Amino acid sequence: MIKKLAFIVRSLPYKNEATRLALTHAIASQTVEIYLEDGDNVEPFLALVGDGVLCGLKNQSNKCYGITTMEQHITNALLLDLNVYYCKEDLERFGISEDQLVMDAESLGGDMKASIVPFSEIQAAMEAADHLQIF
Amino acid sequence: MGKLTIGSFPGLVGSLSLDFSVKLAEAAVRKGHSVDFWVSSNGTMLSKKGQRAFKDYPYLAKTIEELFKTGKFQACACEACAEARGYHKEDTMDGWIRKSMDWYLASCFSADRVLLIGGE
Repeated sequence: MIKKLAFIVRSLPYKNEATRLALTHAIASQTVEIYLEDGDNVEPFLALVGDGVLCGLKNQSNKCYGITTMEQHITNALLLDLNVYYCKEDLERFGISEDQLVMDAESLGGDMKASIVPFSEIQAAMEAADHLQIF
Repeated sequence: MGKLTIGSFPGLVGSLSLDFSVKLAEAAVRKGHSVDFWVSSNGTMLSKKGQRAFKDYPYLAKTIEELFKTGKFQACACEACAEARGYHKEDTMDGWIRKSMDWYLASCFSADRVLLIGGE
C-alpha cells in the first residue's frame, strides 16, 4: 500500500526553520521503507505556494547563515524523484518566471522536472493525499 | 480506537505550540487512542532530561513521563535536530526514541490522523 503525503510549503525560506523542515522531512521518505512492511511505502509531494515559492529561486547564497540553501534541498528532492509543484498564481504575483526557478536536478544527473501548476491542481493533489502537512 | 500521529515543530520556551501538542496527546491517550509524538527543531528540547518546573515556564516533562507509563504513547525526537543543539543520547529523558525523520513518515503511514502543530 502506498500512502500519499502532501508537504505544503507556504512560509518564507529563511524566516524560520519550518520551511527547511518541510523539505528535509519530505526527502526523508527515501528511507522510510526500513520501518514498513514489504510493499508499503509513502509517496510525498512538495507544493510551494504563497511565500513558499521563493524557496525555489536559483542562485541562493549560503554565505549568510552557512547552511544548506533551499535551492539545494529542492534540487535534492528532484534528484530523489519527488514531485515538486510551484503555484502558478503565486509566481505571477511575485513576477517570478520559470527560468528563475529550480526546475530540475540535471546538474546532478536527475531526470525529474518540477511543475508550475494552477492552485486548483495543487488543491486536487491535496484532496487526494492521505495526510496533509502544512508548513 | 485510533492512532494519532502528532508532529510538533516549535520551541519549548517561547512558543506554546508544544504545550498544546502535549495537552492534545494527553487528551487523546485519556480517551483510549494511541499517540506517536514526533518533535523536531527546537521541540527536541522536550526530550532533554533534567528539566525543572518554574511557575513562569512550561513544564511538560512530568506529563510526558506519565504518558509513557500508559503504554499508548511513544515519543521520538529528531536525532539530527537534537544533536545540532547539543542534546546527545546521554542527555535524553528515559523513554524517548531518537531517530531520523523517516520514523515520523513511517508513523504517518499507519496513522488514522496526522496533525502537524507549530512551525511558526
